[in-house]
Amino acid sequence: MKASTPLLIGTLGEIYIERSGVLNLGAEGIMIVGAAVGFAVASETGNPYMGLLASVLAGMILAMTYGILVISLHANQTISGLALTMFGLGLSSMIGKKYVGIPAPHLPSTPIPLLSQIPIIGPLLFNYCFLVYFSIMMAILLWFILYKTRMGIAIRSVGESPAAADALGINVYKVRYMCTIFGGGMIGLSGAYLSLVYIPAWIEGMTAGRGWIIIALTIFSMWNPLKAVLGVLLYGGVEILQYHLQPYGISEAFLGMLPYIATIIVLCIASKESLRKKFGAPAALGQPYVREI
Amino acid sequence: MITIKLGKIRIKFRRRLIAPVKTIIITRILAVLIALGLDSILLLSYNINPCYAYYEIVRGSILSWYGITEVVVKFIPLALCSYGLILVFKAGVWNIGSEGQLLLGAIAATWIALFTPHLPASLMLPAIYIIGFIAGALWALIPAFLKVSLGVNEILTTFMLNLVAEKLLEYFVYGPWRGVHEWGFPQTSEFPPQAQLPYISGTRIHYTTLLLAIFFGVLLYIIDRKTILGYEIRVIGNNLNSAKYAGINIWKVVLISMIISGGLSGIAGVGEVAGIQRRLKPRISPGYGYIAIVTTWLGNLNPIGVSLATFFYSILLVGGDMLQVSLGLPAAIINIFNGSILLVVAGIDIITKYKILIER
Repeated sequence: MKASTPLLIGTLGEIYIERSGVLNLGAEGIMIVGAAVGFAVASETGNPYMGLLASVLAGMILAMTYGILVISLHANQTISGLALTMFGLGLSSMIGKKYVGIPAPHLPSTPIPLLSQIPIIGPLLFNYCFLVYFSIMMAILLWFILYKTRMGIAIRSVGESPAAADALGINVYKVRYMCTIFGGGMIGLSGAYLSLVYIPAWIEGMTAGRGWIIIALTIFSMWNPLKAVLGVLLYGGVEILQYHLQPYGISEAFLGMLPYIATIIVLCIASKESLRKKFGAPAALGQPYVREI
Repeated sequence: MITIKLGKIRIKFRRRLIAPVKTIIITRILAVLIALGLDSILLLSYNINPCYAYYEIVRGSILSWYGITEVVVKFIPLALCSYGLILVFKAGVWNIGSEGQLLLGAIAATWIALFTPHLPASLMLPAIYIIGFIAGALWALIPAFLKVSLGVNEILTTFMLNLVAEKLLEYFVYGPWRGVHEWGFPQTSEFPPQAQLPYISGTRIHYTTLLLAIFFGVLLYIIDRKTILGYEIRVIGNNLNSAKYAGINIWKVVLISMIISGGLSGIAGVGEVAGIQRRLKPRISPGYGYIAIVTTWLGNLNPIGVSLATFFYSILLVGGDMLQVSLGLPAAIINIFNGSILLVVAGIDIITKYKILIER
């Protein structure tokens, strides 16, 4: 649960970005800046909630920069995404340099009243930081918006066929910017969850490829927020498995490979399945929209 | 065609297929300047005088003999990785696994050096280069194969394999290959003398690898411009469907370009481990594989342009090392330069894609 929450929050953000037709490979960069900013603000103000807020803002700002490049300037999305990742890694270590080895005020867990009193499953299921519940509620809410509301149709049509959406009077640029900025905020928040709840500390390069795993999970969940919950739980399982296998004398380095190898396997499965389902991918993913007059 | 009206003036953007070389060169230089300008603001916010910082970079790299030789030392692995990336990027294959392929080359070279220590030097040197090439190429073949057979996104798989390679290296240096006389450091014993690449005296330039880099640079130029393979790569990169109609064997071309890319990165790894470190240890590369992505795009996928961009970056790397020492900056600051330059290069690319006409 604890291990999968940051992945879920991030994956939900990435799903919205990609649904609107923007391929964001900068997730790792946004996530780690979110982690650094969240930690820095939390330890300066002594208030972890301020840290979370700051990480959302930082994620939004980075995503907006990315949006300007790829939505308005039609920059190549693969290169821009890689660039954003590199930039984020560098920026985060500059921001976080002062905070290495300092404990931060970390978020207390909020047991749900009554439910957490149930023996055995109570403490197991209902005694987490509020972000855990938040992420699951967001998954349901975002699924509802995407599939059951007018706004969701607008987002999906922009991702499938921006020209057709434009003809219907949907502002393609606006939808893409909104989705990108929203997604960036979510990914930034997932970074702050790492540095304030999961670890909790600032370590350089602490996201350790989780931003990329988010992108893989987005594909695995077929761009569907509800399926993302399942994918992410599977993943949290792999991460926890590492710690349980350690006493059996398996080298730490080998166990560290598990999530990455799992990602590759997950991608293989997803690409096979998507062939069967005629690919759930937004048709215009990665293509800039040029409105020609 | 996009038209923007500003009063009586009309600005028209007309799409063009091929941008003039002059425009490309100017935009690239402009991109670097803009990026360095933006980074200055960042440095200022940390109370560092950017002029001083940039002067330090130049002073530390090209204003002394030692600095110049170090620039060449950094140039070797960076050029090898970048040259390899030219072909794959042209084919539209996003290999960002150069770093992992480099590490695999280093691991394989270590294996030969440590476990067949009695090979004579005349056999040892070719052996470690060849095995390094093979190891890097095999590591690159995994994502290449997954891409052509299952359609798995190679950006993600190559990156994941970088992380796996890092862990694999850790496994060897902390585990079975850990040297006995290394005072507890996680590293292997020093290579036997015949497995250590010779230096140009007084420097750390392992000239055999440098010669290989130059050789492959020229070879790549020829493949790119003069061979059918180079043509097929360009067709695939431009339009996958027309490549299919033209009967180009996409499997073959993707696999070959990935073998070349991975192999060259592998050789870069051999150079680092047998030439510079002379033993296998963690962090043998400051991210050459990632920096190579930047230099390859900065050089516009052109072997000559890429060589220039690589040289520029080698200066930045050597000077950046000096800067870290003198100003106490974190090592990851080089990532800020990488990221910002690449971001601006991508953003400014719109100028090369459109011809701007102003009408009154």
